[in-house]
Amino acid sequence: MADYDQPTTGGASAAAATAAAAQAQLKKVKKQKVLLMGKSGSGKSSMRSIIFSNYLARDTRRLGATIDIDLSHVKFLGNLTLNLWDCGGQEAFMENYLSQQRAHVFSNVGVLIYVFDIESRDVDRDLATYVNIISALVQYSREAKVFVLIHKMDLIQPMTREDVFDRRVALVRRKTAEAVAIVRKQKPELTGPSPPPPAGPGGAGAMAGSLPSPDSPIPDLEVSMQLFATSIWDQSLYKAWASIIHDLVPNLSVIETQLASLGVAIDADEILLFERTSFLVVSKWTSPEGESNPYGDRFERMSNILKAWKHTCSKFTGTPRNAEQFSDFEYKMGANFSMFVTKFTTNTYILVCMPPGEARFNSAKLNVAAARPWFRFLDGPIIAPTQGIGSSQMLSGLAAAGGGGEA
Amino acid sequence: MAFRRDSDALLDPSTEQRPQCVSRRTSRAMLNLHRVYEQNRQRVQQNLKDGVKVPEPIAVPHAKGKPRLLLMGQRRSGKSSISSVVFHKLPPNETLFLESTARIQKDSLNSFMEFQVWDFPGQIDVFDNPAFPFDMDAIFGEIGALIWVIDAQDDYLEAVARLNATILHLQRSYQHINIEVFIHKVDGLSDDYKLDIQRDITIRIQDELSDQGVENAPVNFHLTSIYNHSIFEAFSKVIQKLIPRLGQLEAMLTNLCRTCRFEKAYLFDVNTKIYIATDSTPEDMASYEICSDYVDVIIDFTEVYGSWQRTPEWRKRLEGPPWEQKLEDQVACEWAESGMVLADAQRPIMLREVDRFLALVAIMKEGSYEKMPQINMNVDVVVKGLTEFFEITKSKMTPTAVPGGVTAVNGNGVVGDGH
Repeated sequence: MADYDQPTTGGASAAAATAAAAQAQLKKVKKQKVLLMGKSGSGKSSMRSIIFSNYLARDTRRLGATIDIDLSHVKFLGNLTLNLWDCGGQEAFMENYLSQQRAHVFSNVGVLIYVFDIESRDVDRDLATYVNIISALVQYSREAKVFVLIHKMDLIQPMTREDVFDRRVALVRRKTAEAVAIVRKQKPELTGPSPPPPAGPGGAGAMAGSLPSPDSPIPDLEVSMQLFATSIWDQSLYKAWASIIHDLVPNLSVIETQLASLGVAIDADEILLFERTSFLVVSKWTSPEGESNPYGDRFERMSNILKAWKHTCSKFTGTPRNAEQFSDFEYKMGANFSMFVTKFTTNTYILVCMPPGEARFNSAKLNVAAARPWFRFLDGPIIAPTQGIGSSQMLSGLAAAGGGGEA
Repeated sequence: MAFRRDSDALLDPSTEQRPQCVSRRTSRAMLNLHRVYEQNRQRVQQNLKDGVKVPEPIAVPHAKGKPRLLLMGQRRSGKSSISSVVFHKLPPNETLFLESTARIQKDSLNSFMEFQVWDFPGQIDVFDNPAFPFDMDAIFGEIGALIWVIDAQDDYLEAVARLNATILHLQRSYQHINIEVFIHKVDGLSDDYKLDIQRDITIRIQDELSDQGVENAPVNFHLTSIYNHSIFEAFSKVIQKLIPRLGQLEAMLTNLCRTCRFEKAYLFDVNTKIYIATDSTPEDMASYEICSDYVDVIIDFTEVYGSWQRTPEWRKRLEGPPWEQKLEDQVACEWAESGMVLADAQRPIMLREVDRFLALVAIMKEGSYEKMPQINMNVDVVVKGLTEFFEITKSKMTPTAVPGGVTAVNGNGVVGDGH
């Protein structure tokens, strides 16, 4: 996938060229085909509802079994649309995906998310299905990223969790390697007839350019794949999904550099950028001081807290679950720290944690508001960011605002 | 500070992985409780080590003088679950694994006031136990409340009969004990059915009491469940009855609400999320829920970003140019303060820490966010009044004096107003 990868803060002439290229890139909305697969009852639809439809964990009990494939288009950040294929996991469906619908399902896949139920009785059978899926995937979309979620970890005793997870990870990696090896062996005859036409609906057009040539080597999936232990009852789910979407977000490097210069300019300890509906962390920046925060899981925790809070608000105000629930939040903890969460661009919220001090706080709020235009590209394929944030402009802005705050 | 201290008792990733030497048969809930107890113990030790001042001189060492909550009821009616959920923050779904209580479980609740919570095993009848008679004065001698828990999803006739006997006993010699009946486990019952049960139980008790010639016994009924906020609300009402001079507190809050155009204000005990006072506007479960969840959000944020020590260099840099001031002088308020604007109708919610245990949370009227500075000043005055109030009621030095803070709120202490 040829993303817009170059940092924009480069030299003048090079930057101009990249900017033009970026403009072209940004014009089209990016669509990504995301396959959500796993055995029936492993919790695929539950996690999807929690992340994208703001269900509470206990409400997912109401969900029934998914029949065939449940297609949904999730608009994420204006310029990225996820084509989420929630594939029902009953065996009849699985066989169908692997035989009749094989090309339809497995071509042009951007990401495969495979869900294992840790409590499953028949691990061997689960793994056999998994191996089939992986071989089909490698055959049709070998550039696809693979994420494996070992789900329902809350059912395992906390003390043994890590152990159980590690063992399962080793097992899945071995199986993946086996699946890839098999495809490699069969490769001559499999890739003989030209690669299947991109028949998939939606995402096909945008993805066509990035299709690998039939001769490109099959990547070492067992190395590049990522595994997560998840549970819908805690924040682990947000951690997994944040890393899944992290790779899909276009212009990530631009976001990161701009966030960093914003952070330095306003003297923040940490900045998190959330997507509006799912409250997944899109990007983050942490100051060297903030790095010493002992809570390594704080990002997914923030997602979890804010999402739960959103739910409380919707109960209180009687507005729909997916509606916007709050616009501004600030918290000053005496001489300890201060923070604020505020609506940033149309599709994002920003959380800033910073040192205490009224003047510093107020000028940071003004500066964040002033920085909004630089992030407007998050909302849609309208304009390309020009040159990143002119850091000099930001700093002068800070000086002005800081002065105002002190006065 | 309430939020900082409290955060230690919450789930801590580092402690979860610590190997715990507990026998295999212990359930997860028990483990959790062990952990909470252990953390509380460590925290107390830590406090002692750091020389942190233990709660003011009011902490009279002997158990006398502390209001007491007695939890009684049939076995398996949910007494221990209630006390674990409310006082030990056990997640409600983990109470399934609690084992039955075999002896009286005594807890003390360290907050703005000190409470004792006694959890009685259901199989023991305190009044009718010839083999091992209880010392009635030791149990009921202290002022407090008897909380009788009735399982609404079970046959409650026997529970009601025992409750009647208990009330009669108490009415004879310990009239100062409030009797609070928790009609428990009402989650999952329809609203009509809940009210039917409540009516039925009320009538049965009143009939029996008037047959025995007891009128106007102080019996109150609450519909509760540990799976929502109702249990906290019920406890709030129980505890409010035990607070001396509650009227003054409420008057202060009512005054604040009127001056600042608040819809509803609560004074929360941060540790238990019980509210100890609110203004005089009608009770409203929804606003209690959102305020209580707001306290939760603040606790979580505090834990993640406020519970660890920053380096001295960080401080030095922040106190250097261009600020040239000590960090403490750069902040407007040394206590935690927070505000949030809800997207619908721009209704703000505000929170202000009062002391180590209490926080003031209020829901404001639409569009009053611009007036925040003024409101903050008013809240400051009220918080000062509250602090004085608690100093006076705690030390009981001048039991009849009207707390100074109240006059400040009424008088010229209030700056401008929200109108």
